Amino acid sequence: MFLSAEQHANLQRIAPEIHLCLFGLIIMVADPFVSAARKRVLGWVGFAGTLFALAGVYQASLNRGFAYSHLISNDGFSIFLQLIVIGVAALVILGSLDYLEREGIQRGEYYALILFAVAGMGILGSANELVTAFIGLEMSSISTYVLVGFRRHALISNEASVKYFLLGSFATAFFLYGIAMVYGATGTTVIDKIQPALADASSGGRLPALAILGLGLIFVGLGFKVVIAPFQVYGPDVYQGAPTPVTALLAAAPKAATFALMVRIFVVSFGSASDTWFWAVWVSAILTMFIGNLAALVQTNVKRMLAYSSIAHAGYILVAFAAGTAIGVAAVLFYLAAYVLMKVGAFLVVTHLGQHGEKRLTLQDYAGLGSTQPGLAACFSLFLFSLLGLPATGGFLGKFFAFQAALDASDAHGRWIIWLVVIAAINSVIGAYYYLRVIITMYFSEPSKDYTPTAVAPALIVALVIAAAGTLYLGILPGHVLNLAKAAADSLFLH
Amino acid sequence: VGKQPLLLTVITFLPLLSVAALLLLRSDDHVWIRRIALAASVAEFVISLLLLRGFNSGTAAYQFQEYHGWIGATIHYHLGVDGISLFLVLLTTFLTPLAILCSWQSIQENVKGFFIALLVIETAMIGVFVSLDLFLFFVFWELTLIPMYFMIGMWGHGRRIYAAVKFILYTMFGSILMLVAILWLYGNAGTFDLPEIQRLLQSGQIVFPPHTELLLFGAFFLAFAIKVPLFPLHTWLPDAHTEAPTAGSVILAGVMLKLGTYGILRFCVPLFPEAAHRMAPLIAVLAIIGIVYGALVATVQTDLKRLVAYTSVSHLGFVVLGIFAFNSISIQGAIYQMLSHGVSTGALFLGVGMLYDRRHTHEIKEFGGLATPMPVLMSFFLFISLSSLALPPLNGFIGEFLILIGTFAGHHAWAAWAASGAVLSAIYLLWAYQRVALGEITVEKNRGLADASGRERLILATVAVAILFMGIASPLFTRRMEASVDNVIQQISPPQNARRALPPLARPAKKTVSSDTAATRPLVVAIAERRVQR
Repeated sequence: MFLSAEQHANLQRIAPEIHLCLFGLIIMVADPFVSAARKRVLGWVGFAGTLFALAGVYQASLNRGFAYSHLISNDGFSIFLQLIVIGVAALVILGSLDYLEREGIQRGEYYALILFAVAGMGILGSANELVTAFIGLEMSSISTYVLVGFRRHALISNEASVKYFLLGSFATAFFLYGIAMVYGATGTTVIDKIQPALADASSGGRLPALAILGLGLIFVGLGFKVVIAPFQVYGPDVYQGAPTPVTALLAAAPKAATFALMVRIFVVSFGSASDTWFWAVWVSAILTMFIGNLAALVQTNVKRMLAYSSIAHAGYILVAFAAGTAIGVAAVLFYLAAYVLMKVGAFLVVTHLGQHGEKRLTLQDYAGLGSTQPGLAACFSLFLFSLLGLPATGGFLGKFFAFQAALDASDAHGRWIIWLVVIAAINSVIGAYYYLRVIITMYFSEPSKDYTPTAVAPALIVALVIAAAGTLYLGILPGHVLNLAKAAADSLFLH
Repeated sequence: VGKQPLLLTVITFLPLLSVAALLLLRSDDHVWIRRIALAASVAEFVISLLLLRGFNSGTAAYQFQEYHGWIGATIHYHLGVDGISLFLVLLTTFLTPLAILCSWQSIQENVKGFFIALLVIETAMIGVFVSLDLFLFFVFWELTLIPMYFMIGMWGHGRRIYAAVKFILYTMFGSILMLVAILWLYGNAGTFDLPEIQRLLQSGQIVFPPHTELLLFGAFFLAFAIKVPLFPLHTWLPDAHTEAPTAGSVILAGVMLKLGTYGILRFCVPLFPEAAHRMAPLIAVLAIIGIVYGALVATVQTDLKRLVAYTSVSHLGFVVLGIFAFNSISIQGAIYQMLSHGVSTGALFLGVGMLYDRRHTHEIKEFGGLATPMPVLMSFFLFISLSSLALPPLNGFIGEFLILIGTFAGHHAWAAWAASGAVLSAIYLLWAYQRVALGEITVEKNRGLADASGRERLILATVAVAILFMGIASPLFTRRMEASVDNVIQQISPPQNARRALPPLARPAKKTVSSDTAATRPLVVAIAERRVQR
């Protein structure tokens, strides 16, 4: 080969992203040669891309270490995250095949954009340098701006896209500005070198104000991307306007990837400042949970309700995040794994039930689903119960580990973090009401007469079964994934 | 410890396994769905009787233990029974076949779903009783909610949705704080294993500051008190009972309420004895209010099912009172009252359900003089009512008597107030019976009602036999409880001077009564001996 050993190792360490981009390019190139009636094939190419990328993750996991002179850190943490986001992409592609057909927007670039977005998210998870992370953020953001507006004949989709684009760019600017300030304060943008640089720059235990300001701006920028309060305002509109499979992607993958980056920056670079950012996270977590849950209570549109629910879940993740310990990071990762499965599953059910033009999204449209489509209703119930946090589902253990991690940190943060857990617990009961309302409508009401259910497409069935099985697996036998999450968290703290 | 290493797993998961069998059947194959569900639940009952054979009543240790790793190093699959949970498991397996039988005709819609829900509840409830790991316990605890929610919401009566939502939100609110407390406990003990935590507490390796202990006690107690339900938290119960289908009410009243009292006895009291002592006067007052209030409200009900529902508030007040009297006899009485309330109130709901099947109403004024067209059904109904109002020598008497006598040993006033509940129960039950069964037939429609069918006679006779048996052969039960109850008593009043030296408690010391206090011991012993002789 023409590559040196080091170049070879570098390539292997970003194998997932390479696979994703390659398949994205293949789709773009092949697109003009595929007749309009057969665009579906490109979807399968995209699905193959995600499978290859998963193989790439395996390849990368055998070659851990830094790549490209510390720009990329291919560690347990990044591998865990890449599994999550690529898995989400695979499920979303399976769920999109028939949706795009139904809406008459079956096009190659849709799948290519998903792959590029996920490649960006993979970089977010493995970036060990802030500017590299910025590139990952932009890759994923710009691709998703387009995806949100993909139903270009629908006004609501366009509106969502513009909103997302304008506010998203604004938030990215915040992030970039934060990077600049951190660089100004520490003289480096390499994530695991900021910590020692900070220690040098701090005088008498006080961190330089510039670094704190920079961290604040980074929090704003990333907080926007993970849709936490007080930066959540745009979220429900965008989630509601986007094509539903894209909503599934948005609610799961970028959220997971950006949380991962947040964890890496806050815990690795600014671990010593955890007393400072704890309060920001604490306040934001409480606001996020209350806003998400209370607003979801009054929604009659199921898609919008699920959008608010994903805001609330970001709040629960912040509870684990607030701990700032290795256990907390493991809890965040486990929560993300459980969360993406149930959330993608739930949105894929909404995808199918929306019918042509996404007209059937209100709660009333779900009436009697338990008797007309028992399988679909059972799947949806499982996802809702998991989101609600009932035992034997991944959602319960996610909350369980999150609360456990937070309480475990009560030595460092005292009673404030205990109150945070209590508030989170109360919130999860508030959440119960709106999830149960959907189940009430599905099972306890009569189906409307003028609606004939359509059969669920095989690809979507596969996606739903995977999501449901995964939710149950994480709920009943979480040991393996939990160990992976713990190892991943430990890999961060070894730096 | 047990000789049958897998017995508890089999008992816990056999109903779930039969759910898998039910899933394989076609949804419209009602006959076989019912048959398989019944066969599974009867087999379950027979297998659970094996517990009696291997049970060693001489020890307070957990028996038939199973211990396997589950999640990580701290969460285990740990099962076991002792004298407290043994009969509650049997109560569950005894009532489930009856609940299935009573739904034979009355459930015609989505039959498969109904029996699946019923069997899942059985697994979950047994799981609660046999779990010795706090995490496992919590999983089963929450798992009981979902099928019961569906049962009320899908097969219930008029305001079923309101009742179902009220039921689940109430219980979830309580249990979520218990989850936080469980995690907090774990944070201190480093394990979710109940016997291990008890050992650490006993040996003083974990000591909670009084304030923390009170909060933990409160979080656990709130969850259990809602489930029981204790007086101010009871408002979900009449709705859930009234709107639930008959089988749902039977399970709810028969077993599910006992999850609460069981939890108090298993977790609240032994794990946080100081807090339990501090809160005992308050809780006893609430229990007594519940006894009297439940009885008074039951008296004025016009809806027969609601009336029976309120009797639960009253009867379970006795159970809570018995537990917080901290006396071996009263706690045995409390456990006995759980069992006999399960059988008697379950039976009352079965009877009310049979009337509902005929007339599709619970209004008392729609009945009257029913003894004429239905002599058999009404005779059984009277018998069950008598058992519920604690007539000797039926089962209800034993529990109430033990509770009252045990409570009286330390707290005369508590016992006196509670005893009024026993009188009131005679009033509301006999008066209700009089209005339903005796006198002239007031509604013409009732003249042609059919008497109990063969299936109904089977159900009622089974219950009647159980009532009589529990009334006469009570030592067979109490003998097996004694060691475990004494163990609880011992944990409540540990011989640690450290605990005694804590700042003065909220109540006067003269009221501190425990079985090892010299003054009460002879009385307790005497009563116990008398009971064994009987």
